[in-house]
Amino acid sequence: MADAVVIAEPPIWRLFPDRVATFCLVELQKLRHDRTEMLTRAVQPVLWLVIFGQTFNRLHAIPTGGIPYLDFLAPGVIAQSGMFVAIFYGIQIVWERDAGVLTKLLVTPTPRSALIIGKAFAAGIRSIIQVVVVLILSVVLGVTLTENPLRILGAFVVVVMGSAFFACLSMTIAGVVLKRDRLIGIGQMITMPLFFASSALYPVAIMPSWLQALSRVNPLSYEVDALRGLLIDAPSHLWLDIGVLAFSVVVGIMASSLLVGRLAR
Amino acid sequence: MPDAGPALLIEGLRHRFGEHAAVDGIDLRIEQGEIFGLLGPNGAGKTTTIRVLNTLLPIQEGRIEILGHDVRRDPMGVRRRIGYVPQQLSIESTLTGRENVTWFARLFDVPRKERTVRVDDALGVMGLGEVADRLAGTYSGGMVRRLELAQALVNRPRVLVLDEPTVGLDPVARDGVWQRVEELQEATGMTVLLTTHYMEEAELLCDRIALMHLGRIKAEGSPAELKRELGPDATLDDVFRHSTGGSLDGAEGARGIREIRRTRRTAGRVG
Repeated sequence: MADAVVIAEPPIWRLFPDRVATFCLVELQKLRHDRTEMLTRAVQPVLWLVIFGQTFNRLHAIPTGGIPYLDFLAPGVIAQSGMFVAIFYGIQIVWERDAGVLTKLLVTPTPRSALIIGKAFAAGIRSIIQVVVVLILSVVLGVTLTENPLRILGAFVVVVMGSAFFACLSMTIAGVVLKRDRLIGIGQMITMPLFFASSALYPVAIMPSWLQALSRVNPLSYEVDALRGLLIDAPSHLWLDIGVLAFSVVVGIMASSLLVGRLAR
Repeated sequence: MPDAGPALLIEGLRHRFGEHAAVDGIDLRIEQGEIFGLLGPNGAGKTTTIRVLNTLLPIQEGRIEILGHDVRRDPMGVRRRIGYVPQQLSIESTLTGRENVTWFARLFDVPRKERTVRVDDALGVMGLGEVADRLAGTYSGGMVRRLELAQALVNRPRVLVLDEPTVGLDPVARDGVWQRVEELQEATGMTVLLTTHYMEEAELLCDRIALMHLGRIKAEGSPAELKRELGPDATLDDVFRHSTGGSLDGAEGARGIREIRRTRRTAGRVG
């Protein structure tokens, strides 16, 4: 090998996008080699749409403002499946730590915040792939989705933002808890409440007031609202939703960047 | 521009976990181009020393310079100059060997034009050229370790830091790793710092060694020097017993044994 020349530190505006791209690329490579997870993760959304959705579609029990219930539900299930993927993806950082990979990543010239942002967006990539599966399924079940490619692209951006937040949430918890067996329990403990305390299954208006309050601080509600606006053209508050999601992502990145060093010890 | 000064300079390093001082005041100077071994039983403080100098742990007390770069003040500069292989066998088993190495090339900002060449080089040097496109999950323990060396080399580091590079490997795989490290050092002149609790490893590979026990350095010198001081038939184990009162194998408590088991388990899983 030729004589070693030390590579200069790239400017920060190049380093961060570079790292994010690297982690996303690696995620796609991993997915290409191991597709089973994609399929097993598709089971739950299928159940929600096919069984829950179709049943309630017939009951007309939930007031959706004239929208068929299945159409109302589809964006909710899309957001939910993205969230599940992201939360368990974030938890995997503890596996990487136990397997020693995290140690090696932390010794590369990658600032901790860049590592976290990279992982958060890699979780977004995984979610997108999952979401495509749910989108196709929704169309098959007769949901009327938008045909505007810009809106679908917008929906992907919203999913990536939501997933980045939930990945940061679980990486933050991982940085606090540190033990992998405890984390699985916590992962399961938070996903269902986040799902139920959101507007994914029913409109906020019919919730009891305490649940409405929870729903208002739950980023998943804003993700669902944005997706409904974009995908099925339901009334929504797109800019507020995007603002809340962006804010949540920034807070999540800061929190998990501060805690990830604990995983190295 | 080449870096001046010693490859590694440690002054008054101390590191505590709670009450326990894992590293209890050590000074060390390693010149560029040396193969240097930190020899000691499990729990001697070798791994903690490594994890402080490679920026994984904060410096609590003391000072470390790598090629003239202060570890506390310029951690990124230090990371760009070292290659690190942890004790535990750790690769991404759902990526191919080549993808594993390319990943690290990107994380070290190897320019795109050079990336393919450097990745091929690193894989080739480690004898993994033919299996590069197989999933790393199918590799044996020895191949995984060599893949990790390739990952660490893709950056063309000036200082290569290996923490117990052959723990959990069978004798053939161990010889393979030793041979590659030696060839590599000869070809590039890089500095190699390794920790080990195998005497033969220290004796065979290292120009100089430091004996570490309970967080302190008890003796330092070339293997021949250290043995000569004790008499004509002395072994490194004798030297160790003489300077610490303990033995290289076995003197240590449950923590060390657990660590070895964990590494062996990992070796079994990924290999």
